[in-house]
Amino acid sequence: MAEIEVRGLRKAFDGTEVLKGVDLTIENGEFISLVGPSGCGKSTLLRVIAGLEPQSSGEIRIDGISADGVRSSARNLAMVFQSYALYPHLSVFDNIAVPLRMKRLSALARLPILGRLMPGRQRTERGIRAEVERVADQLEISPLLKRKPGQLSGGQRQRVAVGRAIVRQPRAFLFDEPLSNLDAKLRVHMRAEIAQLHRQLKTTFIYVTHDQAEAMTMSGRIAVMIGGELIQVGTPSAIYEDPRDIRVAEFIGTPKINAFPGRIRGDGRLEVLGHVLHAATPAPAGECRVCVRPERIDLTGSGVFSGTVVHLENLGSEAFVHVASEGMSAPVVARVNDPSLLPTIGASVGYGFVPDAVRAFDGDGKRIATEIASRVERPRGMAVV
Amino acid sequence: MTTRIHTYLWPATRHILLLAGALVMLTPFIWMLSTASKPQTEIFSSELHLIPHHFALWDNLRTAFAKANLWRYLLNGLIVTISIFGLQVLVALPAAYALAKLRFLGRDVLFALVVFCILIPPQATAIPVFLLLHKLGVLDTYAALVLPFTISVFGIFLMRQFFKTVPDDLIDAARMDGISEFGIVWRVMLPTAIPAVTAFGIFSVVAHWNDYFWPLIVLNSEHLQTPPLAVAQFRNNEAGTNYGPLMAAAIVIIAPLVVAFLFAQRRFIEGITLTGIK
Repeated sequence: MAEIEVRGLRKAFDGTEVLKGVDLTIENGEFISLVGPSGCGKSTLLRVIAGLEPQSSGEIRIDGISADGVRSSARNLAMVFQSYALYPHLSVFDNIAVPLRMKRLSALARLPILGRLMPGRQRTERGIRAEVERVADQLEISPLLKRKPGQLSGGQRQRVAVGRAIVRQPRAFLFDEPLSNLDAKLRVHMRAEIAQLHRQLKTTFIYVTHDQAEAMTMSGRIAVMIGGELIQVGTPSAIYEDPRDIRVAEFIGTPKINAFPGRIRGDGRLEVLGHVLHAATPAPAGECRVCVRPERIDLTGSGVFSGTVVHLENLGSEAFVHVASEGMSAPVVARVNDPSLLPTIGASVGYGFVPDAVRAFDGDGKRIATEIASRVERPRGMAVV
Repeated sequence: MTTRIHTYLWPATRHILLLAGALVMLTPFIWMLSTASKPQTEIFSSELHLIPHHFALWDNLRTAFAKANLWRYLLNGLIVTISIFGLQVLVALPAAYALAKLRFLGRDVLFALVVFCILIPPQATAIPVFLLLHKLGVLDTYAALVLPFTISVFGIFLMRQFFKTVPDDLIDAARMDGISEFGIVWRVMLPTAIPAVTAFGIFSVVAHWNDYFWPLIVLNSEHLQTPPLAVAQFRNNEAGTNYGPLMAAAIVIIAPLVVAFLFAQRRFIEGITLTGIK
């Protein structure tokens, strides 16, 4: 159980700045995900917290005490790695027992044969055995204890790696993309298991992933990192519904949010592809980006925008329609909840969106406030444009 | 039809070529076995024959063991090769770990120096090393046979290349578990690198078991001599070279390597091919 504070953390490798001043407070017992595209520095941040990498400047505080210069093993954090990092020559039992043996046995008692003669070793070993078996039981890997990691499937190795982390009862768990080596089905299953584990242990979890679905489904809070900076921290729904930066809006959500080139008129109204929206902003006139999630694009109504269907993705329960329109570099993606109502490829369709679906961003990519413009004359639900 | 012939022709040619190559390699060995099995009169007879008319291997072996203390030489060979290999591993593994996995200033320069050292022939350093051993006063001892080879740049290079393939996550996991850097070398890297250590062991043991040059230079005492020197003794006799017992002694000194190879054949080949793949 630990509260972890990151203050003004910077990290440079050979002159390239990977972390550009990160501030983050992770509450005690919280499940927080660090997400971002690959190379954004999220793994580096985790490794600095773990003590595997020294920071260039800034500070890490664990439970209010500075962790600078404290060895990673002494920080009492446990880490689960993407490649599981199990010791290939040790059995599952020995793999899980390693952290306990390192902590409880003296260097002499750990010697291969001589160690057995050391006083008290038998008793300590019995205690370790009991704890390893309890953890194995909890993770349902008891029948595997005698096997070597090479004889296990990916999912089983993952459990062993988690077991090795749990057994030491750490102050916090650090996960470095632990599910990315698993196949899609198992990943979804392990997602639920890790979330369940967090509810059970009630310990701080820091979870690094590039998969926004993992972050959205498991965590209490998400921290979005892009280009070495923490762009936004918030609950999954806040990050999805209320992105503060266009990069966050584009990173979170599949398919990607639709970004229309827009303009803020002199009277504050937004204009997209030559149509004036029923949305206004107090921001000064100029260029902007108007973003709308695929599920908010309405293909059924008689929207003012028009285009040609270029691609269909039918997932069974839902479908995505890609519509190419004039003035847009990328096709607009719209979600259709009933795949039986799909248009055909090549068909001309009209589409639109309601004003409160609009998330507008200024030239720098920062979010600008929008409100529904007054004097909406059309009937409700048809408030397109 | 032609394709049929073609499919047989190529494998046949391939095998004939390989057999011819194998024969070239094996001829001295076969000749050694043949000579060791012949009595003195047949060795010097004018006609060449491979199979001895009178089988005299046991007599030759008896003469060889009677003339020279072969057991002692074999023991010397064992002591020297095992000590060299043990010390080489003791030095090479931590050095290779540092060069492969630790980040420090000048690491790449150091590694370049290691590679550079592989290029230096051992004869070039023989005289300075000899003088150094003389100053230390350890000439004509086991130490003189072992010390110059304790640092094997080839071993460091080989192990470093292997350690490069060990994932960083494994080392980080060991650090999180509280294993010290030296602990990582011996408890994590060594067990994962067993194939590479075996490969290096083959090269090291074979090279030093068969080494003739260095023991000849630093040794005077007969009781310290290594197996190849022992064979040479048979030639130096004033009464002329006694080829039968000499070849019998040669069989005795290569026997341990051959037996070891037969027992650990799969491991050996694994080790050697592994250095090629990884």
